[in-house]
Amino acid sequence: MLNAEVKRELTEILGSSYCKDDPQSLVTHSYDGTPMLQSLPELVIYPENTKQVSQVMKVLNHYKIPLIGRGSGTNLCGGTVPVEGGVVMVMHRMNQILEVDIENLTATVQPGLNTKKFSQHVEALGLFYPPDPSSMSISTLGGNIAECSGGLRGLKYGTTKDYVIGLEAVLANGEVIRTGGKLMKDVAGYDVTKLLVGSEGTLAIITEATLKLIPPPQYKKTMLAMYSDLYDAARTVSKIIESRMIPATLEFLDNATLQVVDDYAQLGLPREMEAILIIEQDGDKGSVERDIARITEICHSEQAKQVSVAGSLEEAEKLLTARRSAFTALARLKPTTILEDATVPRSKIADMVLEINRIAKKYNVQICTFGHAGDGNLHPTATTDVRDTDEIHRVEAAFAEIFEATIRLGGTITGEHGVGVVKAPFLEWKVGPAGIEIMKGIKHAFDPNNILNPGKIFAKESRKRVVIQRG
Amino acid sequence: MAKLKDEAKLKPLTNKLRMLLDEDQLTNCMRCGFCLPACPTYAETGIEAESPRGRIALMKAVNDGIMLPDAAFEEQMNHCLGCRACEPACPADVKYGQLIEQARDAIEDHKQHKPMVRLIRHTAFHSVFTNPKRMKLMGQGLRLYQRAGLRTVARGSGLMKLFPKHMREMEQILPDAAAKGVAEQIGTRHPAKGERIATVALFKGCIMDVMFTDTNIHTVDLLTAAGFDVVIPEKQNCCGALHAHSGEGEGARSLARRNIEAFKQAGIDYIVSNAGGCGAILTEYDHLLQGEPEWTADAKWFAERVLDVSDLLVRHGREICFSKNVNKQEGAMQEEASGSIRITYQDSCHLRNVMRSSGAPRKLMRQVDGVTFVEMKDADRCCGSAGIYNITQPEMAGQILDEKMEHVKAADASYLLTSNPGCLLQMKLGIEQQGLGDKMKAVHIVDFLHEHMQN
Repeated sequence: MLNAEVKRELTEILGSSYCKDDPQSLVTHSYDGTPMLQSLPELVIYPENTKQVSQVMKVLNHYKIPLIGRGSGTNLCGGTVPVEGGVVMVMHRMNQILEVDIENLTATVQPGLNTKKFSQHVEALGLFYPPDPSSMSISTLGGNIAECSGGLRGLKYGTTKDYVIGLEAVLANGEVIRTGGKLMKDVAGYDVTKLLVGSEGTLAIITEATLKLIPPPQYKKTMLAMYSDLYDAARTVSKIIESRMIPATLEFLDNATLQVVDDYAQLGLPREMEAILIIEQDGDKGSVERDIARITEICHSEQAKQVSVAGSLEEAEKLLTARRSAFTALARLKPTTILEDATVPRSKIADMVLEINRIAKKYNVQICTFGHAGDGNLHPTATTDVRDTDEIHRVEAAFAEIFEATIRLGGTITGEHGVGVVKAPFLEWKVGPAGIEIMKGIKHAFDPNNILNPGKIFAKESRKRVVIQRG
Repeated sequence: MAKLKDEAKLKPLTNKLRMLLDEDQLTNCMRCGFCLPACPTYAETGIEAESPRGRIALMKAVNDGIMLPDAAFEEQMNHCLGCRACEPACPADVKYGQLIEQARDAIEDHKQHKPMVRLIRHTAFHSVFTNPKRMKLMGQGLRLYQRAGLRTVARGSGLMKLFPKHMREMEQILPDAAAKGVAEQIGTRHPAKGERIATVALFKGCIMDVMFTDTNIHTVDLLTAAGFDVVIPEKQNCCGALHAHSGEGEGARSLARRNIEAFKQAGIDYIVSNAGGCGAILTEYDHLLQGEPEWTADAKWFAERVLDVSDLLVRHGREICFSKNVNKQEGAMQEEASGSIRITYQDSCHLRNVMRSSGAPRKLMRQVDGVTFVEMKDADRCCGSAGIYNITQPEMAGQILDEKMEHVKAADASYLLTSNPGCLLQMKLGIEQQGLGDKMKAVHIVDFLHEHMQN
């Protein structure tokens, strides 16, 4: 239980209606989108401005109490689960668009702002903010920045980190720092802006962000390529990139995913196909038409059974919206869906798909695969039931082997979901012991008392990597 | 010590919740949060506990023994509008509506209501709604009150001031009750005009038949014009929706059994409803009676046949010509003459989210010649009526209605159409509150179509 004195001090700063420790508030801030992970906080608070955040941090740093920042709690790595108790700070009240600067093509926002709302706001002004995580209709920009969210457009437009150019953040000791600015160039010292993006709430609390906007594409076209062989679809992906084309979106769905997505969205997708690719290109009309024609050719030469181009923007949008539901839709098969985001170099996508299928078979688990194939980022998803402990163990073993395969193919354990709790034991496989040490040093410099989102990124113990000798 | 005492006190409710809550459904929610943007109470408050994901997490926490079903838990379960907008939004297909009803069922079972509330609940759920004769009697009582000048006396004397503000406002917008229901006024069998396509049974509803009898009559007219033989089974009664949503599970099941019997004998192809709230529960009779094997086949037979009037007209009926230049009644809006009549539509949540029908009413409205249909913002959002929610949770209902009326105003239409009596009354209330009465009126879609029917 939180010391009464701490609660009193925080209530004084925030007011009693924004400082809650009733069972209902604690239970509803004990989880996020991560399966099989729940831990109760001791207090839930809702600050109104940077000043309050700073005052709160001073109190918590003094008493050495954990603080977990939270947007809408949609992340998939356990990033906002208070695994060591403490205080959950919900950023929803700080949800304003402070400015859209048309002269500089930037926007300044508060962290609790909803991603989709922001995206639509700037689009109405004739501008474009590309990052589009699948949770964008729910998530907040602060959460996106903390996790460096990707999305369907990552392939061509990059991810959140490519659009954050300035930050205001509150440090563990309550000091407020400002990094970057409305600047397209800035090499004044270490790039703290980029360091904080994707730091998973472990280095500082982001209270304001300056985002880069770009002119929107003039034209876009979306197509669907259908395959009776998984490998053909995966090879198409590598072939498109090899042909020096970067589509805006290049998504892959296997048969199982396809079926559940269609159950949900009722789009009449080709349910008998082994895999489909959803491909979107944008830009000026001429080059889009040219690319779509060339991609169609590649699909056919890679044995696509059928290729069709969406008749309208509305139809295309429906297709992409359906794709965004894939992860949850898989819960129609079995109640627990455990999804990872293994990412490999784009040329290795077909190899990775084969590896995933081999491993699923080996451990006798169902793994459905979909994802942003174009940027090498796959989402192998195990459908299981948390109540079946034996199967859960096999799923865990399968994922450990998938991570191993990913690293072997030159990839990473997480492309866009973050390390959090879930992948902490595997981080060392990717960055090595020296990499872990330097990261710990950075953490210590920012947060010497380890109060910001403790228990994340760094595992108490790394998993031993078992390198499979094949052949 | 206090905690132990609470635990002992709440033990029976905890057990009941564990017994009733469907653990598979609780586990199926994987907390992705896709339901959050769809939820009106979450949109209003931004508080996780006020979202479907939050409420399911609370139910699961009680089920798992992490928390007690205390007063705050109970309040949160009742704070849900039951609009079920979270269900179509849920990729995992979690049956939230069933979970919230199971929770409310358990709560109601152990509820110590204040004597007055107990009396009202008992009268409503066990006496009036379950008995068509008493329902009619209540209608006649209401009619007497409205006709005999009692209303004028009540309003003038300040008697109404004794009621809370939201009840007073509600009283003012209630339409005049009819002395006779649809069957008594026009009979129970109506042949199709022209070639018969199918035979349908009209589910007349209890509120609909007392307060919106004309709408029922108009429904019959539309259906016969579209080629349906219409029968009105005499032994039908209340659909049980209000019971099911208020934790009176057994009351709902008993009504369902009686309705199934009444319609089973009617020799029909479809059962048609003109109230989204009733239609939705009718389509769920199979789920409602799932614990009773002897009813399984009949409940399925019944549920599969239920369609909303708009859906039936669009999917199976002959096209009717609608035009603004017919049947002009007195008091029709002025714009109508000048040729610029705009109409808009407020979805009935249960029609949209449970019966999954949103296209058919819009298609019909677009068919009316000389009328422009404008989609208002957030038409798919609950209006705050939500059964009896506007009476039990006036504050939240009021907030939601205020926001709704902003979108209504922006649509700038002469008619605001809906497909459910609760929504219709709430929209009338909104129009009254905002002083928009001279610019627009709220009308049931059936009445609007009927008024513009050509023949």
